Amino acid sequence: MRVVLAEDLALLRDGLIRLLEANDCEVVEAVDNGPSLLRALTTHRPDIAVVDVRLPPTFTDEGLRAAIEARAQVKGLPVLVLSQYVEQLYARELLADRSGGVGYLLKDRVFNVAQFIDAVRQVAAGGTAMDPEVVAQLLTRRSGDKPLASLTPREREVLEAMAEGRSNAAIATRMFVTEKAVSKHTNSIFSKLDLPPSEDDNRRVLAVLAYLNG
Amino acid sequence: MKHQFGDRRRLLQLSIAAIGFASASLALFIFMVTGTALIVVWVGVPVVVETVVKVRWLAELHRRRVGELLGEPIESPYLRRTEGNLLDQVRGLLRDPATWRDTVWLIANGTLGLALACVAVCEAVLDLLFWWLPPGLAMRAYARLSRALLAPSEKSRLALRVEQLTESRAETVDTQAAELRRIERDLHDGAQARLVALGMNLALAEDELARNPGAAKALLSEAREASSNALAELRDLVRGIHPPVLADRGLVGAVQALSLVGPVPVEVHSDLIGRLPAPVESAAYFAVAEGLANAIKHSGAHHMSITLSLENDLLSMVVRDDGTGGADPSRGTGLRGIARRLSAFDGALEVSSPPGGPTELAMVLPCASSLPKTLPSYGTA
Ligand SMILES: Nc1ncnc2c1ncn2[C@@H]1O[C@H](COP(=O)(O)OP(=O)(O)OP(=O)(O)O)[C@@H](O)[C@H]1O
Ligand SMILES: [Mg+2]
Repeated sequence: MRVVLAEDLALLRDGLIRLLEANDCEVVEAVDNGPSLLRALTTHRPDIAVVDVRLPPTFTDEGLRAAIEARAQVKGLPVLVLSQYVEQLYARELLADRSGGVGYLLKDRVFNVAQFIDAVRQVAAGGTAMDPEVVAQLLTRRSGDKPLASLTPREREVLEAMAEGRSNAAIATRMFVTEKAVSKHTNSIFSKLDLPPSEDDNRRVLAVLAYLNG
Repeated sequence: MKHQFGDRRRLLQLSIAAIGFASASLALFIFMVTGTALIVVWVGVPVVVETVVKVRWLAELHRRRVGELLGEPIESPYLRRTEGNLLDQVRGLLRDPATWRDTVWLIANGTLGLALACVAVCEAVLDLLFWWLPPGLAMRAYARLSRALLAPSEKSRLALRVEQLTESRAETVDTQAAELRRIERDLHDGAQARLVALGMNLALAEDELARNPGAAKALLSEAREASSNALAELRDLVRGIHPPVLADRGLVGAVQALSLVGPVPVEVHSDLIGRLPAPVESAAYFAVAEGLANAIKHSGAHHMSITLSLENDLLSMVVRDDGTGGADPSRGTGLRGIARRLSAFDGALEVSSPPGGPTELAMVLPCASSLPKTLPSYGTA
């Protein structure tokens, strides 16, 4: 997988490069500021961009903005955004174009290398990987919303795991059920959320979007 | 408020009352002179203090009456009374410019005022008979005289302003010190302690690595967990000091982010463009956040709204909820904290929360980078 990395702290940048390269990823360019990120993304068109939210020169959400801008120019460019903190607002902005291939994780999720690499693959393949904290914030929200309200607690649990970018196999292990049981839940979710039949991946993204925008 | 010069009956009542006021002034002045004369034998001191207090009472009453008559209220000029022993009280009263002005008013009201009041009574009687003539000329003169002497002088205004600023500065300094102590304690007991544990685990793991790889692995994963927890604590701490989204997006963005995570729908209206000075953004953000947190915690509302607007360098913020009402600053620290934060910037908080709701917090915050040149017309809460 070809990766463009944007991270301004050398310590973290080197760590991430090492971690990605140890897991079959080739870091084609590592940049340390917003404008070069946009340039690198549009020239290299990598399989995925791994981007820190806060970057020079402004030291605000420069990385996020550059990533969104790059996705506007290169349709569906997969982006995994890393940050010291997560904001619902940013998750929505990333997902606003409804085309999937978006991840948004706390930096410390990198500590669990296997899960992190899983998320990278998921996003590169056009899926979503939202941080459990983003998902948890949603839990407290508007439980009265339709059609999400029609989901059973079990289905909600599955949908949360989908939002975090887990595959059916991973969800099955986590919930101590069979993969078949999980796919029964996902089908029920798709029909309750009124998602037209299409390839599974796309429906997963749409379901997660419905969930996040609820 | 409308003036009362058109009401002839009322003018008669007021002018008779004015004779009473003027006579009372004269009497109090005589007390004051007697008291001052008696100061040499010490008993004069409590007499004078007591008289000054009575004079203030009378002057306040008069301010209210004359304010109603003129149709515009007259502000009170007094500084906060010094508490403590008699000597401190005397010192406090002597330092207040309003005490001296009151004395001048007392003399003027007891003499010139008394004369004007007598004329006013005669005029008021005649006015009732000759109803087609313009009424209350003497009463007008009397009211003007009173206002000239009773309204706070420039000196009093400045003294009041200094008093108010001194208080809000002391509060700000106290709050900041308390805040720093809290941050120090949080870091010390939280993230710092966890980093120490992390280092210890790593050292132990290093030791065990050759001898017992299984144990080393367990220690390493403990270390990883410790660092995750330390990060989570630091995140919370940073949010409490200065939320990153506020730095990224300014007040409106941060308030929008806030509105997205609550359990109740929140509407955000704003006509703000661009960024405000950082200290203003921060004070405004935490004020709105507390208002929102309160509405979620206490009100049982189904709907909330936040309105931000900026006009002539004055930021207005309104946090509304359709809940049960009954917000009361005296029952917690949150609302008083808002008032304190805002008053450090010369801003103010107004709470309207009748039982049964709705609740509305109206807040204003001046945000010019320099101090206002004229006195703001809103007071501090
Ligand atoms: N929006 C509201 N609707 C109804 N009641 C409210 C509202 N806001 C505040 N109150 C009432 O006013 C009291 C004072 O609020 P305040 O924010 O000062 O303290 P608190 O929220 O109880 O505690 P804290 O000091 O943690 O903020 C609350 O205890 C609550 O009873
Ligand atoms: Mg509160």
